[in-house]
Amino acid sequence: MILAVNPQHAMVLAAILFALGLLGVLVRRNLLFVLLSVEIMLNAAGLAFIAAGSLWAQADGQVMFLFILAMAAAEAAVGLALVLAWYRQTGSLNADAMNQLKDDNNTSRDYEHETAKS
Amino acid sequence: MDYAFYIASAVALVATVMVITRTQATHALLYLVASLLAVAVVFFTLGAAFVAALEVIVYAGAIMVLFVFVIMMLNVSRPIEDAAGVLLRPGTWLGPGLLVVVLLGLMAYLLAGAGALPHPVDGTAAITSPSAAVPAPADAFAISPKQVGIMLFTQYMLGVELASMLLLAALVGVVHLARTHRMVKEVTI
Repeated sequence: MILAVNPQHAMVLAAILFALGLLGVLVRRNLLFVLLSVEIMLNAAGLAFIAAGSLWAQADGQVMFLFILAMAAAEAAVGLALVLAWYRQTGSLNADAMNQLKDDNNTSRDYEHETAKS
Repeated sequence: MDYAFYIASAVALVATVMVITRTQATHALLYLVASLLAVAVVFFTLGAAFVAALEVIVYAGAIMVLFVFVIMMLNVSRPIEDAAGVLLRPGTWLGPGLLVVVLLGLMAYLLAGAGALPHPVDGTAAITSPSAAVPAPADAFAISPKQVGIMLFTQYMLGVELASMLLLAALVGVVHLARTHRMVKEVTI
């Protein structure tokens, strides 16, 4: 069985794209960039499904990609609405400022939100 | 077909690295659109033309428009003329533009028949280039939209219903979250 494109190479591409998205989620502190990186990761997962479906010549992979597409749309809408609400409350997009549920005794880390609140 | 896959993969990787290293959100968004279009070309070379079209329409179209709207709503403090000047500067659009030009060349190459297009197994919608004499057996693994649709609405019917409920729940949740008048006052008191 010879394919025009080796699906295993597509799997490697999906893995690299997923790792790049994960790196973006872990490194970036801007909430918009975190959401963009999550989109990259979801897209890489979809690419893995398509590659697997191409490897076994079954339509299941494309069906699962449609579900991932619907889920990504719902996730992006809810995530962006949360970012918008957070920006309206604090005026910043810093993910490190989301520590209001933490105890007050840990004041060694001084984020800019703490100074802005006082 | 092979070369198209590797070139599109390289474009996707470069564009994705540029997305996670930008400082301006609009620049990252342009690069992400280029990355998604490159992944759509990868889908096409893998024999999933239907999903490639959906990737362009839903991901690079609808979801990116959501991001553009939110970025527009968040950049309220910047003067309008300044923002337009930044967006029209060549440094903003030259990089993603070059990547997308590479993808345009790939599309022209594939549609001109230099590489054999993948065609469905059942042969109802077979697209063969006039120059290609015999379609290679390697291209027989493309999956037609017909197969996907039949499987989607028979085997995966429950999944379709769940996806519709998920989208409805997301819609209601977003409407609740995006209301401004009461929520802000309650929290800031």
